[in-house]
Amino acid sequence: MTNEDDSTEVSAAALERFASLADRPLRTVATNTGFLSGAARSLSDIWEHRHLWWLLTRRELKARYKDSVLGYVWTLIRPLVNLMIYYLAIGKILGAERAIPDFAVYVFAGLTAWTLFSTTVASSTGSVVANSGIVKKVYLPREIFPLAATGSAFIDFLSQLAILVVGSLLIRGIAPEPLVMYVPLSMLVILVWGITFGLILSATNVYLRDIQYLVEVGLIIGFWMTPSVYSYAMIADSAPPWLIDLYLLNPTALAAMGFQKGFWLSGADAVWPPHLFTRLVLALVVGVVLMFIAQRIFDRLQRNFAQEL
Amino acid sequence: MQRPDVIQIDKVSKKFTVHKDKSLKERIVNASRSREHAEEYWALKEVGFTVAAGESIGLAGANGSGKSTLLKVIGGILTPNGGEVRTRGRVAALLELGAGFHPDLTGRENIYLNASVLGLTEEEIDKQFDSIVEFSGIADFIDTQVKFYSSGMYVRLAFSVAVHSDPDILLVDEVLAVGDEPFQRKCMEKIREFQNEGRSIILVSHSAEQIIDVCDRAVVLSQGRIIAIGEVRDAMSRLHQSYEKQIRQDIDDAEAKIEILDGAHERLCSITNVEVAEGLIQQADGLKVLISGDTIDVAVDVVVSSPLEGYGILLDIETLKDESIFGMSSRRLQLKLPPIEHTGRITVRLPHLDLGEGDYSFNVAVTNAAGVEMDRKRHCALMTVRSDGMTSGYVKAFPEVLVGPVPA
Repeated sequence: MTNEDDSTEVSAAALERFASLADRPLRTVATNTGFLSGAARSLSDIWEHRHLWWLLTRRELKARYKDSVLGYVWTLIRPLVNLMIYYLAIGKILGAERAIPDFAVYVFAGLTAWTLFSTTVASSTGSVVANSGIVKKVYLPREIFPLAATGSAFIDFLSQLAILVVGSLLIRGIAPEPLVMYVPLSMLVILVWGITFGLILSATNVYLRDIQYLVEVGLIIGFWMTPSVYSYAMIADSAPPWLIDLYLLNPTALAAMGFQKGFWLSGADAVWPPHLFTRLVLALVVGVVLMFIAQRIFDRLQRNFAQEL
Repeated sequence: MQRPDVIQIDKVSKKFTVHKDKSLKERIVNASRSREHAEEYWALKEVGFTVAAGESIGLAGANGSGKSTLLKVIGGILTPNGGEVRTRGRVAALLELGAGFHPDLTGRENIYLNASVLGLTEEEIDKQFDSIVEFSGIADFIDTQVKFYSSGMYVRLAFSVAVHSDPDILLVDEVLAVGDEPFQRKCMEKIREFQNEGRSIILVSHSAEQIIDVCDRAVVLSQGRIIAIGEVRDAMSRLHQSYEKQIRQDIDDAEAKIEILDGAHERLCSITNVEVAEGLIQQADGLKVLISGDTIDVAVDVVVSSPLEGYGILLDIETLKDESIFGMSSRRLQLKLPPIEHTGRITVRLPHLDLGEGDYSFNVAVTNAAGVEMDRKRHCALMTVRSDGMTSGYVKAFPEVLVGPVPA
């Protein structure tokens, strides 16, 4: 529909704008689409905002350490202290070191993998609520917030990975073949599952603030279901087979073992679950499908964000 | 030249559900009664209109009438439960305070963040940066975290970023009221510049003058429905009429309470009705208006408990901001009014009332022989004044402008 122009004067700039606007299609804003039909649109919407994603990722890092003197160094201090405690308490005092050679490398490999997952999930969960100022004022695909939280968790992870690489080289060296085979794949598994959980939890947390405390508890359980301070051999030796099968369904356990396989040179002959590589690939495929479903659920839930915040 | 539509709002409805319990415990405990704990109401009900390119629309209505919700639906921030909104071109929204600033980041960082959110690329922001800072007028604080900003500074920066994002549609929600006067002027200038450049503006405001001043058309909402749409002055008059009912109701309620308190002594005289009995003209759309310069009769009906003598009448014409712009008193005019037995109609004739365009109401009181007020009615008989639209203000005049040499 168009309107007849009234007789008032219209500037040349205005005429030009009218002409260019007339060429553009009308775009439906924030519509109620079906569960699957909106997928292509919301995915392309997210892709169009990738520049903003990167900006928010950097902001996340910047804002986190804004008023602190040590700033970014804090991301390294926490895992290093963790490493030291596990190394001393579990390795030396409880004697896990005797069963696991080069315990420091072993612990740090598993810990790095787990930390990527846990920071992704924990910071994603609160991300939409933390950015309520933006959510309530402007439209942008809200998936950006958990994704930016994932992005900043990933950057933290990269610096830990650097320490892991240097540490492993100094202690025992690194074999390139398992590294290339297992580490990138494990990383992808963690990211995909982390984003899946992050999307669902960040959206539900808007409606139910208990989620963030639930996540804290869940992550403690998750930590002990992932072999980082103990070895898979300890499980394999004592648990009944059905429990082992169940244990190996946990994607973070698989990914942590993938990291250990990649970095922990002295564990080449240790006990590993059968078909670890295939299991990782399967975990990735299942994760991608679930991530897609999670995005669709997120899209449903995000429609009332602005009024719930 | 044909103007394309930039916004099409098609039967948009939005339902809000208010949960009274937010925590898991409360929800589980109340699971079976969850219906009782969730209240639903329609913030918007089948609202529909279109906005053409270059058009400015004012959105008005009482608090809670759905103005802000509608703006959020247009901006894509809320998804409607029914209906659809279609837009063309780039939309920038200035909703309430700020526009999505992060308190821990500096003004500079927030400009980049906010402008990206509004759709600018980094190079575009680099190019615009100095102009954004200059327009905001807060160059000294640009490297301060915005959590230390005053609300005025916040709005300055937000407005500045929004207008520099080259929007085709600008949504403004009441934010301008926060800035100081020089900044408000600057904003209004910018808005005019935008109008001149053919951009569309949707302005939510409680100020009728601002809407009349800025907008071509106005939409008046009440309880989520459109009650008036069209030419600004008519739409605003409709709004004032709906307000008037509310104000009358409030006053009557307050007076009813007082009556109970001093119900012991009976009222000697009470005003039962005030209306403009003569002089109004009915427009085509049913609205009764006074044509500036016409004569009106204001009729005041009274009931007395015992015959009344030596009384007086006071009448003020007030603007909607409660400013009295005209006042008369029969005592000052030294008029002796005939006695009233039981009921009577006192008519005050106001010849050649040269009021400016707008909405006015009357404030009427009856006093006894000693000059003490016996009854008063405020905000009665809302009256809309129309004229040629050539001048503004509370007084209508027909100015002439002459140019000549400066007298020696």
